[in-house]
Amino acid sequence: MENGAMKSNLYLYKKKIINLIMLSLSVLAAVISIIPLIFIIYYTVSKGISHLNIDFFIEMPKPVGEPGGGMANAIVGTLIMLGIGGSIGIPVGMSAGIYLSEFGKNKFGNVVRFFADVLSGVPSIVVGVVVYSLVVIPMKQFSALAGGIALGIIMIPTITRTTDEMIKIVPQSLRETALSLGIPKWKTTVSIVLKTAWKGIATGILLALSRAAGETAPLLFTALGNRFWSTSIGQPIASLTVYIYDYAKAPFEDWNNQAWTAALVLIILISILSLLFKIITRSRYNIKQ
Amino acid sequence: MEIKIAVKNLNAFYGKNKVLKNVSIDIPQNKVLAIIGPSGCGKSTFLRCLNRMHEVVGGTVQGSIMLDGEDITRKDPVLVRRRLGMIFQKPNPFPTMSIFDNVAAGLKYNGKTDKKETAEIVEKSLKQAALWDEVKDSLEQSGINLSGGQQQRLCIARTLAIQPEVILMDEPASALDPISTTKIEDLIFELKKNYTIVIVTHNMQQASRVSDFTAFLYMGELIEYDATKKIFTSPELKQTEDYVRGRFG
Repeated sequence: MENGAMKSNLYLYKKKIINLIMLSLSVLAAVISIIPLIFIIYYTVSKGISHLNIDFFIEMPKPVGEPGGGMANAIVGTLIMLGIGGSIGIPVGMSAGIYLSEFGKNKFGNVVRFFADVLSGVPSIVVGVVVYSLVVIPMKQFSALAGGIALGIIMIPTITRTTDEMIKIVPQSLRETALSLGIPKWKTTVSIVLKTAWKGIATGILLALSRAAGETAPLLFTALGNRFWSTSIGQPIASLTVYIYDYAKAPFEDWNNQAWTAALVLIILISILSLLFKIITRSRYNIKQ
Repeated sequence: MEIKIAVKNLNAFYGKNKVLKNVSIDIPQNKVLAIIGPSGCGKSTFLRCLNRMHEVVGGTVQGSIMLDGEDITRKDPVLVRRRLGMIFQKPNPFPTMSIFDNVAAGLKYNGKTDKKETAEIVEKSLKQAALWDEVKDSLEQSGINLSGGQQQRLCIARTLAIQPEVILMDEPASALDPISTTKIEDLIFELKKNYTIVIVTHNMQQASRVSDFTAFLYMGELIEYDATKKIFTSPELKQTEDYVRGRFG
């Protein structure tokens, strides 16, 4: 009798120990997973903050040796190429996603889905090389347009697949209700289904935009970079990432520090983008659950 | 008694599976027809054939459904659905829309954009659905925050706003508490003055309370169709009697 009670006590004790071990392991894993981010933010802020001032946003880069200056052209260039990329990637990606989820339950749909998955795994430098031969060579010119196209192509698969997945989880009953009100199918998709899935889709778009904003390799072959002010989409254009690449490997300490600042600005830019999306997509209502 | 919908030799299929077999029913105008029968007997399919929703899930039909003498199986489904509104089992307001926009949705997306007219129709529909007094001060709030019974009445208002001639109800009260159920049933009494109503229900008492006529379906076949009083007191067939007395099903 007593022996039995002790046995079950021992069993409970063992269970508690195992529980504790597993819990500590998963907490440890969670901590490890955020350590890189903490390091990134710590280093970028501590090294980049010294050059972060208003000049950095409004001044042009200074020649070697001259202190100060900024990267106004690179900030504008990054934004322009994100704009071009977004205006290709968002409509194409969303339309493809809508097609896949609403009409793509067939062979063609499966093929498209497969290709989108493959495309999202293609290294971005390969996209750069392809755009180089398809756009840069025929135009005989590196250009913001080519850079934007490369970023757009990189964005497409992410947006396609998120749109596809997010629309799929909109309940079928919602579509049926809309149809039963005599709302045509296309309007049901655009006004009811898309609206309901919009929050998730916006997250996908944001993810794609952030990833594109941080791309360097495809821009080296397409937008090239530019020391001067340019907003023309037919001309080579500066970008923050290419500046980071050039300045970080330069043998001048001042440039190295500016590269950190450029990195910090890029992170800030993406954070602002996130915040904007949060504001745009926040619900009009406080939904009690 | 005028016939609103004449269903003749209706067969409905899911792929090769025949779920309705040669069903013929005359549905009288401004009356309530209850469709009863055990689960899987084809009640909901019958209802969904009437407003061409059966084909949305890939079903097909044979036979004819004459609405005021026109065969709706040959017309544009979008136009058909504007004449036959539908209420579903689970209340399902559009989650991204306010109460007002929910009711106005059918109008807005069917191309009616006159703001004043829309506001009038929304108010009228909410009054008809006996919800106006409860929501008139919160029209801009989300419909999701309403109680289940209120949500279902909101859905009824949304359907009324497209000004249909027939209202199809697929177990409209089965997800609701008894008080909300009573409210929906009272509403059905009011609505039949202006609309023809077809209601599918599992609840015998509800069928006998709200309907003028009752059709008993079993395994896709129409077993018996008569005045509700007759079906529930002295049906012709023993099978019907057994079912309404709860002896099988």
